Amino acid sequence: MNIATKRWLPHTVAAVCLLVLLYPLAWLLATSLKPADEVVTSLDLLPSHLEWSNYTTALDGVSGVTVSRLLGNTLLIAGGAVLGNVLSCSLAAYAFARLRFRMSKVMFAFMVATLMLPHHVVLIPQYIIFNRLGLVDSFWPLILPKFLATEAFFVFLIVQFMRGLPRELEESARIDGCGPFRAYWSITLPLARPALITTAIFTFIWTWNDFFTQMIYLFAPEKFTITLALRSFVDQSSTSAYGPMFAMSVISVLPIVLFFLVFQRYLVQGMATSGLKG
Amino acid sequence: MSTVSTTRAPARVERTTDPRPRRSKRRQVRERQWPAYVFLSPWMIGAVVLTLVPMAVSLYLSFTDYNLFDPPHWVGLRNYQEMLFEDPRYWRSVGTTLLYVVVAVPLKLGLALGVAMLLKNLGRGRGFYRSAFYAPSLLGASMSIALVWKALFNDGGTVPDVLDAVGIHTGGWVGNPDLAVYGVVLLTVWQFGAPMVIFLAGLQQISPDLYEAAALDGAGRWRQFVSITVPMLSPVVFFNLVLEVINSFQVFTPAFAISGGDGGPADSTMFYTLYLYERGFTASHMGYAAAMAWLLLIAIGVITLILFRTSRSWVFYADEEGR
Repeated sequence: MNIATKRWLPHTVAAVCLLVLLYPLAWLLATSLKPADEVVTSLDLLPSHLEWSNYTTALDGVSGVTVSRLLGNTLLIAGGAVLGNVLSCSLAAYAFARLRFRMSKVMFAFMVATLMLPHHVVLIPQYIIFNRLGLVDSFWPLILPKFLATEAFFVFLIVQFMRGLPRELEESARIDGCGPFRAYWSITLPLARPALITTAIFTFIWTWNDFFTQMIYLFAPEKFTITLALRSFVDQSSTSAYGPMFAMSVISVLPIVLFFLVFQRYLVQGMATSGLKG
Repeated sequence: MSTVSTTRAPARVERTTDPRPRRSKRRQVRERQWPAYVFLSPWMIGAVVLTLVPMAVSLYLSFTDYNLFDPPHWVGLRNYQEMLFEDPRYWRSVGTTLLYVVVAVPLKLGLALGVAMLLKNLGRGRGFYRSAFYAPSLLGASMSIALVWKALFNDGGTVPDVLDAVGIHTGGWVGNPDLAVYGVVLLTVWQFGAPMVIFLAGLQQISPDLYEAAALDGAGRWRQFVSITVPMLSPVVFFNLVLEVINSFQVFTPAFAISGGDGGPADSTMFYTLYLYERGFTASHMGYAAAMAWLLLIAIGVITLILFRTSRSWVFYADEEGR
C-alpha cells in the first residue's frame, strides 16, 4: 500500500459508512415530500416534484388537534422535565459530592444501584399512585418525578463532575462565612455548568423521544404529544397517507436535529466523559 | 527540659477545652448534617415514594390478581406458576428478547469499536464523523425513525428491493415471522454511535508510547491490537457491555412500532416489555405484569452479576498494576 492510499482509505471507508448510515434520514426527508402515487411505486429516492401539501395536511394534526398544540404539549413536558432534572439532580449530587452526612455511603450505593433498576418494576405502583391522586391523563406523572431526582443517571453524572472540581474555592468561601447553600448556588453550580448542560440536553431529547410513559399516562387527544399523535396517525393510515405521516415525522424529529446541531459538542463530550469516569 | 514542656502543654490544652468542645463538636456535626438532608430531600422523597415503596408494592402485587379497579386478590405463587409453566407466550417473549440481546449487543459493540478505531487514525475530519455517526443514537429512539424502519423493511421497501437486486430474495421483513425481529436488531445496531463515542474516548487515552515500543519490538498491527488495545480498552468494553445489555432487555418502542403494537407477526416481535405492557395495561392483569417485572429485575441482576464476576478474568485496570 502506498502512502496516498493509506491516507485515503480510512476516509473513503468512513464516508461510505456515513452514506449508508444517513440513508434512512434522507429517505424520511424525501418521502415526506413525495406525491402519494410515487411513495410505493417509484424506487427513486428523490420525488419528481416536491409535494408541500403533505406538510399542510400534517399541520392540521390528528383528530382535530393541530400540530402546534401537539408540539406545545411536548415542549411543556420536556421543558418541565429539564427544569426538574437539572434542579433536583444537582441538589442531590452536591450533597453526595461535597457534604458529609450519616448513611452517605449507603444512600450513594442505593442511588447507583437504581441505575440498573428496570423501570417496569416501579411502573405499576407508580401508575396506581398517580391514578389515586387523579393525575392520570395529565402532564404531572411525566413531570413531577423529574423534580424528585428519580433519574439516577444524571445524579451520578453530576456527582462525578463535581468531584473533579477543585475544593479550594468552596473552602475559602466557607472561611469567609459562606454557607452551603450559597456555596452550591454561587460557586459549584456555575463551575458544574458542562454537566448541567449535558443533563439538560439529554433530558430534553430523551423526554421528546419517550413513548412508553406518554402512552400509559395520556389519553385525551388534546393532551397528546407529537409522538403519540404520530402513533394514532399510523393506526388510521393507508399508503395514501404516507406522505403526510412522514411529513409529521419530520416535524417531530426536527427539534432533536436542531438540538443536535447546536449542542453536538456538549452531547458527544458528555457521553464520552460520563462513560469513562464511572 | 524539653520533655517537661511538651508533656505539660497538651495537658493544659486538654484541661481548658476538654468538657465543652466535645459537646460543641457533636453539635457542630449535627449542624453540618442538616443542610445535606435539605439538599437531599427531593431525592430522598423520590427514592422512598417513587422507588422503594413502589418496589415493595409491586412485589406484593405480583402475588395477587389485580385489575386496577377491584381490590387485589391474593393468589400466592399463581402468577409465577402460570408464567413459568402454563404460558407459552411468556416463553416466546423471553426467547425473542434473549435472541435480540445476544445478536444485537455484540453486533452493535463490534461495529462501534471498529468505527472508533477507524476514526482514531483519521486525523482531519474526525470530529465531523464522530458527531455524524452519533446522530442515529439520538434519533433512533424516536417513533419517527421506528416508522421509517418499518417502511424500509416492509414489502416493497428499500431493503428487500436492494437484497433482491443482489440475488437474495427475502420479501418484506415486517410481515415475516422469521425476519421481523432482525429489523428491530438492525435498528438497534444502527444506533452504535453512543458506545462508539465512549470507545473513541477510551482509545485516545491509550498512550502512543505503548504502540511505539511495540512497533520497535516488531509487533504487527494485529499483535498491537490484541496485546495493547484490547487490554487497555477492556474497562470501557465492560462498561459498554453492561450498559447495552441492561438497556437491550428493556427495548420497547421499535418493537411496538414495527409490529403495530401487537408483537406480530405470530408474536415474533413480542418482546418481554411489550408482553408486560399487553398483560398489564391491555388485558388488565396487573399482578401478572408485576410478576413479569420482578423476574426481569432478577434476570438483569443475575446477568449483571455474572458479567461482573467474569470481568475479573478479562478486564484489565492499569492502575492496579502499579499498586
